[in-house]
Amino acid sequence: MLRATLKSLAARKLRLGMSAFAIVIGVAFVVGSYVFTDTLNRTFNDIFGDLSADVVVRPATPEGQESWATLAGAGSSVTIPAQTVEEIGALPEVASADGEIESSSLYVLDRDGDVVGVAGAPGVAVNWYEEPTSDDEDPVLDLVEGRAPERSGEVALDDQTIDTTGYQIGDEIPMVTLGDQPRITAELVGVVRFGESGSLAGATLAAFDTATAQELFLDGENAFNRVSVTAAEGVDAESLRDTVAGLLPDNLEAMTGEAVDDETASAVEEGLGFFNTFLLIFAAIALFVGIFLILNTFSILVAQRSQEMALFRALGASRRQVTRSVMLEAVVVGLVGATLGLLLGLAVAVGLQAIFAAFGMDFGGGLVLQPRTVIVAYVVGVLVTMVAAFVPARRASKVPPVAAMRDDVVLPSSSRRNHVLSGGVLVVGGAAAMAAGLLDIAPSAAVFVGLGILAVFIGVALLAPVISVPIVRVIAGWYPKTFGTVGRLAKENALRNPRRTAATASALMIGLALVSSISVVGASANKSIDEALDRGMNAEFVIASVSGQPFSPAIADAAREIDGVSTVAVMRGSFAVIDGSQSYLSAVDPDAFNEASELTMVEGTMDLSGGGLIVDSDTADSENLAVGDTVPLDLGGSRTEQPVAGVYDGDHPLMSGYVTGLQTLEELGITPADSTVYVVTESGADLGHVQADLEEATSELPMVTVQNQEEYKASQRDQVNQLLYIVYALLGLGIVIAILGIVNTLALSVMERTREVGLLRAVGLSRRQLRTTIRLESVAIAVLGAVLGIGLGLIFGVSLQRAVADEGLDTLSVPFGQLITFVILAALVGILAAAWPARRAAKLDVLRAINTE
Amino acid sequence: MTTHTHDQPAAATAVELTKIYGSGDTEVVALDHVDVEFAAGNFTAIMGPSGSGKSTLMHCMAALDAPTSGKVYIGDIELSSLNDKDLTRTRRDRLGFIFQAFNLVPTLNAKENITLPLDIAGKDVDSEWFDTVIRTVGLSDRLKHKPSELSGGQQQRVACARALVSKPDIIFADEPTGNLDSRSGAEILAFLRNSVRELGQTIVMVTHDPGAAAYADRVLFLGDGRIVDEMAEPTAEKVLERMKNFDTIGQVS
Ligand SMILES: Nc1ncnc2c1ncn2[C@@H]1O[C@H](COP(=O)(O)OP(=O)(O)OP(=O)(O)O)[C@@H](O)[C@H]1O
Ligand SMILES: [Mg+2]
Repeated sequence: MLRATLKSLAARKLRLGMSAFAIVIGVAFVVGSYVFTDTLNRTFNDIFGDLSADVVVRPATPEGQESWATLAGAGSSVTIPAQTVEEIGALPEVASADGEIESSSLYVLDRDGDVVGVAGAPGVAVNWYEEPTSDDEDPVLDLVEGRAPERSGEVALDDQTIDTTGYQIGDEIPMVTLGDQPRITAELVGVVRFGESGSLAGATLAAFDTATAQELFLDGENAFNRVSVTAAEGVDAESLRDTVAGLLPDNLEAMTGEAVDDETASAVEEGLGFFNTFLLIFAAIALFVGIFLILNTFSILVAQRSQEMALFRALGASRRQVTRSVMLEAVVVGLVGATLGLLLGLAVAVGLQAIFAAFGMDFGGGLVLQPRTVIVAYVVGVLVTMVAAFVPARRASKVPPVAAMRDDVVLPSSSRRNHVLSGGVLVVGGAAAMAAGLLDIAPSAAVFVGLGILAVFIGVALLAPVISVPIVRVIAGWYPKTFGTVGRLAKENALRNPRRTAATASALMIGLALVSSISVVGASANKSIDEALDRGMNAEFVIASVSGQPFSPAIADAAREIDGVSTVAVMRGSFAVIDGSQSYLSAVDPDAFNEASELTMVEGTMDLSGGGLIVDSDTADSENLAVGDTVPLDLGGSRTEQPVAGVYDGDHPLMSGYVTGLQTLEELGITPADSTVYVVTESGADLGHVQADLEEATSELPMVTVQNQEEYKASQRDQVNQLLYIVYALLGLGIVIAILGIVNTLALSVMERTREVGLLRAVGLSRRQLRTTIRLESVAIAVLGAVLGIGLGLIFGVSLQRAVADEGLDTLSVPFGQLITFVILAALVGILAAAWPARRAAKLDVLRAINTE
Repeated sequence: MTTHTHDQPAAATAVELTKIYGSGDTEVVALDHVDVEFAAGNFTAIMGPSGSGKSTLMHCMAALDAPTSGKVYIGDIELSSLNDKDLTRTRRDRLGFIFQAFNLVPTLNAKENITLPLDIAGKDVDSEWFDTVIRTVGLSDRLKHKPSELSGGQQQRVACARALVSKPDIIFADEPTGNLDSRSGAEILAFLRNSVRELGQTIVMVTHDPGAAAYADRVLFLGDGRIVDEMAEPTAEKVLERMKNFDTIGQVS
């Protein structure tokens, strides 16, 4: 039996290869995600892995926070006085204590005046000091050319930046800071190399001498952000840490370098983990769609072999043996698919690497292939195939032995009523689960919605054989009139095996359902943003940096001086631990902001002149806050408690969360830097002039742009659209698999009908007519999938929009144009998918075809 | 009740065997309360006009299809009392079938096709017996060939060899020589008769050919789902004569 199975498997290589393809794609995606994130992880670990000295002194981690690392770069307000550094250095256990200054917002400009590095990546600046190179460690920063910066007006840059800009020692380097004089220049005196690989993952690095760094980033205060402490001979890190800790005030902490590195590593992993999850979700979708393709292929193969199966049964094979032989095929297909998928996945990872490199983030070095990835690839590949093959295998075992004696074997189709029943139950149950999730009744919304959607998909797929018949009748209704006999044949072919037609269409249905629900959500998001801005934004201009990094307040000051400008409102902020959880604290001048965009107070006042904060109504509800309550804020060492002065309507287009006054934020030690500036003009002002003047004012800072209302709206929409395009691209994978499914089904159907095809040709059907028949059938299947998918997608999309309506997505917009485009594309896909099967059928030799068994 | 004239115990027995296809307007009574016994070590031929229920009888007797009512015994086991697993075992261990269409597995070569029942049962091939069978059917030099590379007669011989190689208690053959020229047909028939005479094999064979029926020990005549006549020690002439009678009876009624 085993041999018979393997033989028959070998004889059907092509067909099985096609069903394995779905597995290949799905597994490739899984592998690609893992390998790529593992490789990223390795790169970041190289960057951050072994950076710290024996002991590090830094602003104290806020209470209740596991890790300060994720907030790093937020720029803690607490500094370490030079005095403290000296005291630490004087300890007998200490070989050296070096004060470090670090900023993440000093941007290097290239010769065209554009910011160097990947948009959004930090522009790192540090103070240069001679590192005590302990015997085995490489220095973090290596001077590879020139000399170290020694005085004001000198700078050293990392070698990657030098490579991309082509600057040379002696050049005057333009840079942008957050200071009053945002644009500075300094002479390039040296080139440094960061770590071993030199990779900064898209960031830039500039080094100054300590005094200059203090001037630039600490307002000239003789202090530091961090202290790296190197232990004297024979002193271990733990005890050194404890000794150093004894010298520190409450707002500072000492940690071993190892602990800091671990913290960084786990923060990096967490950040990448999200990325990995994101990719894996699409892998799961691809595999889910793949299940239909495999199920279909196996069903057809089983149908084609039913006579053989019956023969086995007549010769004494048990049901179990027949089932097992089909499942064995599944295992082999799964193994082959997983192996190829593994290889393709590595290629995918290389591709991702190349894409990132093209954007300036070079993760050099080989790929990381962990054993875990290989195991997951095989488990997923084999399991998914077995799941998909189970139903056909069961059906195969039900072939009655007498079937061996008959020519036209009709497989005992498990009662259609059963399918309709369980399909209906799944659809209703899934819809209920979705509703429960969306209406926040269920404990875990995401799980309920996800499982609900899954159940609805499977349910509709089960119902599809029944509901597809009338739909196909409509879709293909015009065929006979337009195409005559050929059209009638195509229509009948599409209808003759509703189960197969439906299963083929189901794969496309899933892909398109997801795509169209996302497009409904996306269109609604765009429309909601537009409307909210129309309602709530009075500012004519918005000044912001492309990457979202804050910029110097000098811009806002300049804007105030411009003729025709009535009000300039700035928005600032900082990461902060608010009431024990990591959050973001914004700061505005409420009066000015109110001019730019009206704040509706639900409770209390928006007067923040005497301190305090306001909070949006949604947060107030969820955190149980009311006017008069106090909220503990922790910005890395500087702690305060602020009273709630007022609660504003959470349905605001520009503002959310906790907001305090500009004064308060500064008192908390955050360097003044604007993230957004809103400009309101006097009525009757010449907007063109004002815009020109604003652009003039920001010309110093290449990363800062001025947008009028329309441009601002467009840029907000762009953000949504960009996300949509990424999701579309990833879902496209599912659709590719679905297309392959159609190709596969058609090809198999044609083979199955070889004799019939021969007869038709023998009685005079031309090759061209034959191809048309197959194409039309394919179009009917594809459009069926599109209709089902878009129908479901509409339902999903609208209910999603309804569910999050009170979180800003309040306007429903159905992109009918887009949806119709999807249907047309589906029809084209149908034609495309038919190309190969049609050619195959047309090439068949008439006589041979008729004589095939 | 058909009585048999031999002393051997019955290898297979049908009691009140009825098979009805379809229902209502399309109802066809393919077998109508058939009582029959096939003695062990006996070669029985079944004849009758097309559509008289010959194949149906074979299928029901060989546990390939379930009767509508009545009982089938293989030895002393009653088939309707068996579950699928036991039915499978009975088919596997006690029954052999030679089909009208050749029913070989196209992806396996001749040898693999022949040993397929043993493969399925997980039994070892008795190589001596295998050689004997192969020699008798004259396939020694064709064992490595795929069915598509064999002539119709060769394929049929493979099918015969497959039925014989597992030494079933009883072999049912549905027109095993239907597609063969008279010489190949004669070879097969001689082989079947030899295996009855010399090996004590029990064979039931459907045929339309009086010449083929002459190889059997006994001929049963089927008409409209009933056994209408039987003949012991048949010769081609006697059978032909009898068939002519049926034809005239059929025309009259
Ligand atoms: N699956 C089926 N469904 C409905 N009717 C059937 C089926 N199989 C056989 N029949 C009918 O049962 C009757 C007996 O058929 P059977 O195949 O046993 O005839 P036969 O004697 O073998 O004929 P032939 O000599 O032509 O092979 C016929 O009338 C046939 O139409
Ligand atoms: Mg017959």
